[in-house]
Amino acid sequence: MEPTPARNMAETPWQRFVRNFFGSRIATAGFVLLALIVLAAIFAPVISPQNPYDLAKLDVMDSRLEPGQASVDGSMTYLLGTDDQGRDMLSAILYGIRISVMVGVLSTVIALSLGLTLGLLAGYAGGRIEAFIMRVADIQLSFPPILIALILLALTGRGIDKIVIALVAVQWAYYARTTRSAALVERKKEYIEAATALGLSPLRIMFRHLLPNCLPPLIVVAALQVASAISLEATLSFLGLGLPITEPSLGLLIANGFQYLLSGKYWISVFPGIALLATVVTINLVADQLRDVLNPRLQTQ
Amino acid sequence: MDTTLTVNDLQTQFATRAGLVKAVDQVSFSVKRGEIMGLVGESGSGKSMTGYSIMGLIDAPGKIVAGEILLQGSDLRSLPAEAMRKIRGNRIAMIFQDPMMTLNPVLRIDTQMMEAVRAHQDVSRMVAREMSREALVRVGIPSPDERLQAYPHQFSGGMRQRVAIAIALLNQPDLIICDEPTTALDVTIQGQILYEMQKLCRESGTALIWITHDLSVVAGLADTVAVMYAGRIVESGTVQQVLEHPRHPYTHGLIASAPSRNPRGQPLQQIPGMTPSLLNLPEGCAFRTRCAHATVECAQTPQLREVEQRMLRCWHPLRDNVVEAVS
Repeated sequence: MEPTPARNMAETPWQRFVRNFFGSRIATAGFVLLALIVLAAIFAPVISPQNPYDLAKLDVMDSRLEPGQASVDGSMTYLLGTDDQGRDMLSAILYGIRISVMVGVLSTVIALSLGLTLGLLAGYAGGRIEAFIMRVADIQLSFPPILIALILLALTGRGIDKIVIALVAVQWAYYARTTRSAALVERKKEYIEAATALGLSPLRIMFRHLLPNCLPPLIVVAALQVASAISLEATLSFLGLGLPITEPSLGLLIANGFQYLLSGKYWISVFPGIALLATVVTINLVADQLRDVLNPRLQTQ
Repeated sequence: MDTTLTVNDLQTQFATRAGLVKAVDQVSFSVKRGEIMGLVGESGSGKSMTGYSIMGLIDAPGKIVAGEILLQGSDLRSLPAEAMRKIRGNRIAMIFQDPMMTLNPVLRIDTQMMEAVRAHQDVSRMVAREMSREALVRVGIPSPDERLQAYPHQFSGGMRQRVAIAIALLNQPDLIICDEPTTALDVTIQGQILYEMQKLCRESGTALIWITHDLSVVAGLADTVAVMYAGRIVESGTVQQVLEHPRHPYTHGLIASAPSRNPRGQPLQQIPGMTPSLLNLPEGCAFRTRCAHATVECAQTPQLREVEQRMLRCWHPLRDNVVEAVS
């Protein structure tokens, strides 16, 4: 018997994924813009005209300059203006994006690892373990995320590590729920039964067999959660509970310019706001496209 | 010939909200080395549950409540969970019905085969790979090196079932339980796979339990046969005795229902009535409500007894002349 030639043998799953993903113009644009934002965040120290945290470099005489104005000593032009301490807004925004994206990604990665492990355990083991994990997740999800984060930060104080912990505490339940529901579907399938009949260890079945089949919905949720983690962090920082003033994220920058907004000095708040908006919107665009591509029911071919 | 597996008085029950379901009830049989036993019955007759019980794969709310499962003399039921896991896939392997579903879609064939080897044998990846390659060759898969690197979706149904068989053979088990492995396949491919399985069993001395509802497969493949109805074995013995001279009315009805045995132009034979719900079995013999020979006696549960070189659970065994007259 000849082996049946596989469909699209020449095209690996990865190639098909790439082709489908870039099939949409909006998603492609979102991806390119997001890539630029992320690159800008990574290389912020290299491309920024000024180190915004080096107080020695700041000149109070330059404070609250309009976009496009040159500094008093004529050494540089502030493309996006300056804040009330004479800090170049462009540099501050680049560093702000860096911190915001880092906090968003870090908290998502930690929350994802924690949530998927618990969700997988719940979905695979069932019984009391499942009941316990999922009830804790339900209780967690019944509180508004911002409330939990506010309480935690009020108890622990400020700092990158603390806001990451707060974001993880808020997010893990989403991953646990998503993983569990995917695991419940997958574990009923025969290949899990077959793996059990092969005498593989439960840990191996969970992580090697169950997990990869639960990944598509998780990737989508994780992508969306990065965006919501960034917004939540910005909100907390705006409220003055997030990051310390020495590590200004986008939310803190917006808060700094807030008092000048009505006096016409819009740029101190608006430009960081636009940066935040662009970051969150592009992540959502990419996540939406991921969901369309990874969801077998929505696939057109 | 020594006995590979002996099952004595096995009872598996499910405590459901609607009541107690006796999925497997007082089932006893034995399989010798290199022997193929057909386990036949309709859907819901408990044949698959018997297989799962032997593997120790009954999930809650199901439970094996009584009986012995002796693999070469040692009782599997008394083993702790971890020891039972070491037996699964190693000394007893299982092949499932739907080859489209039994391979993990996201893992390559070599990954799945090598982990099956390495779950039970302390060998290097290289050795495990070579063993996997040999197993693919043994089940007749061409260009095995290439095939090892493929994903399940790149295989046809018949090829996937061959891979599943190759995986079952990897650790040279004493017993393979096949749960309708050819039901989902074309008859031509079914024929090839049956031939391969028969050959492999004869060569390696592996005992085989072939769970199926297809009597023609059993007639061609198996040495012995056990017919199940509503969780109980109603008749068991050699294929020749049971299929050519059935003594239980149900076995006889099953054989007569095969369309190929019907004279051309005549209405097809059938067993009247429906398979009873396991929740609501008739008292005594579960088949009596559909049986033309039933009498008041049948309200008492018939015991399995030896009749004419076979085990039979019936008050009114058929005689050959009756069989001829009906068919």
